[in-house]
Amino acid sequence: MEAHGWGRYPRINAAVLYPATHRECAADIASASPLIVRGLGRSYGDSALAERILDTRRLDHFLAFDSKTGLLTCSAGQTLDQILRVFVPRGWFLPVTPGTRYITVGGAIASDVHGKNHHADGSFCNHVTQVEILLGNGERRIASPTEHPELFHATCGGMGLTGMILSATVRLLPIASSQIIETTVKLRDLEHVLTAFEENSAATYSVAWIDCLARGKHLGRSLLMLGEHAETGPLTVNAKQAWPVPIDPPPSLLNHGTVAAFNTLYYQKTQRARSTRHVAFEPFFYPLDRLANWNRLYGKPGFVQYQFVLPHENGPRGLQTILEYIAESGRGSFLAVLKLLGKPNGNLLSFPMMGYTLALDFRAEPAVFELLAKLDHLVLEQGGRIYLAKDARMSESMFKTSYRKWQEFEEVRSRYHAHGKFASIQSKRLGLQ
Amino acid sequence: MNRVLIIGATSAIAEATARLWATEGAQLYLLARDQERLAAIADDLAVRGATAVQTAPFDATAFGTHEAAIAHAHAQLGAIDIVLVAHGTLGDQRACESSFELAHRELNNNAVSVISVLTHLANRLAAQKHGTIAVISSVAGDRGRQSNYIYGAAKGAVSIFLQGLRQRLSKANVHVLTIKPGFVDTPMTRHFKKGLLWVGPDVIAKHIHASIIKGRSEIYAPPFWRLIMFIITNIPTKIFNKLSL
Repeated sequence: MEAHGWGRYPRINAAVLYPATHRECAADIASASPLIVRGLGRSYGDSALAERILDTRRLDHFLAFDSKTGLLTCSAGQTLDQILRVFVPRGWFLPVTPGTRYITVGGAIASDVHGKNHHADGSFCNHVTQVEILLGNGERRIASPTEHPELFHATCGGMGLTGMILSATVRLLPIASSQIIETTVKLRDLEHVLTAFEENSAATYSVAWIDCLARGKHLGRSLLMLGEHAETGPLTVNAKQAWPVPIDPPPSLLNHGTVAAFNTLYYQKTQRARSTRHVAFEPFFYPLDRLANWNRLYGKPGFVQYQFVLPHENGPRGLQTILEYIAESGRGSFLAVLKLLGKPNGNLLSFPMMGYTLALDFRAEPAVFELLAKLDHLVLEQGGRIYLAKDARMSESMFKTSYRKWQEFEEVRSRYHAHGKFASIQSKRLGLQ
Repeated sequence: MNRVLIIGATSAIAEATARLWATEGAQLYLLARDQERLAAIADDLAVRGATAVQTAPFDATAFGTHEAAIAHAHAQLGAIDIVLVAHGTLGDQRACESSFELAHRELNNNAVSVISVLTHLANRLAAQKHGTIAVISSVAGDRGRQSNYIYGAAKGAVSIFLQGLRQRLSKANVHVLTIKPGFVDTPMTRHFKKGLLWVGPDVIAKHIHASIIKGRSEIYAPPFWRLIMFIITNIPTKIFNKLSL
């Protein structure tokens, strides 16, 4: 059957397996050819693509919860959405959440996802106390910062290449209310938004939406959203379903004109320079989840998302250069998100480094790939790197230059029998065994 | 608090429905073949809020074991407020056409085994004088179609059996619910190409859960299948035979 990532590029034909027990998983892995494990397929490119795909949808169980410590153990196929639905009403939240709740715990660990609070709270795996992994030779291991730590630090952010994550224990965050106190700050250009990030670094959550098509003196004009958990209020989850985009609209729907118009409207709708209000957690953390299948808006060719991080010292200059380059190209990015990232952790292929990360969407067409190749040079020049969970086209040399611990990663994979057992189209492209 | 017995608890629809009951704090007793899967499901339901969850093995075609299995479940729960019969298989229609052995097995899995458990359950709930027996049948049982009439025949037999049972047990204040799902995206149908009419098991679960509360007798899940099957069952044979449904 046809398989693809969230960007719907690339698309391949794959055999998909749906094991229901660990026994069946072991049997699928024991088979001759390598496979990649797939959760909800929200990685944008080819991280969860291979000729054989092991889909974890049937392994979606809660296993245990300790209400004193907030430690939740669940099967790796359990979703962040289900965790929120069951535990927000009980006064618990995810310690780190990315921009969609439709990902699995296994996926969150494999990509070591980060959210709007990375500068203070780190990435998802910082809050994972242990994982249970099924190795390429059929054996199971518990890995944690103290038990088989090298396996733990390779698996966290390891894109499913070290073994199959069967289950994990995550420490949830206690909350008094499901609401967020959201502050929106209107900033007229890049320099102002970067300053605003620094000035508001005490905020728990922060993210900026950037208008990538604004040029000249408006370059980098943004809306900075800051958030705190409300101390009082209800503990509710919105039961409303997302609006589906059922078909592929014509490719011209999202073009320079429409995107520029949208960006301008979105920026202008915020009247005051700074405003605060209470919102439910869903629109604050998951604005795009309201539109199910929003990835179809890009039409049949699909799109690529380009997310990079630049180290702190080079941030302002590097971002300025890159934004100018993109604005000049006219290759509209519908959504551009800027976040501040804090200290990196010890996970071998983890993406975050202290600095600024920008995420952009582009339609998957030949001119865009040329543009991205040029952006790669700029990112590398500044000492940055690209987020594997979003990547669909990075070169092997770019990867090996920017992810310095890749050799250590390969050594761990070899030691734990992952070679020849776990591989994806992405891992092959990046030159991993 | 509901005391719920589920036969075929590893079914995707059954698991989705069990999750709804668990969230309400129900006490659950689960019967299924695969104990490893059942253990994970039991843990999951406990975390979601089930007051208690017990599990036990169940072999649909070992008819001789059904009475004891149900007796044990009844004793452990104390009373049966709701029983959901959800086990079954979807065989290969073509293969069943050339092998009576396979067809026989399909009929045993989907009709005879259901009648077996319903015999014991009916007597117990009738004596109890309250409760709901909910059974997953199928729209396939409304009219035999060349693409799945062995499965359809089994489900049709179940639907008719339930009509009679409903009438009998109404005198004892026991409700009988026939659930007729349409196309559901589950492991049982993984080989099918999915289209607009397909829904997930959680959608069916919501309808089952609500219909039991409302005391319904026969439901199509989702409800639009009632109209579709009305049309299908009323197509004249001459025309029907020309179709390749």
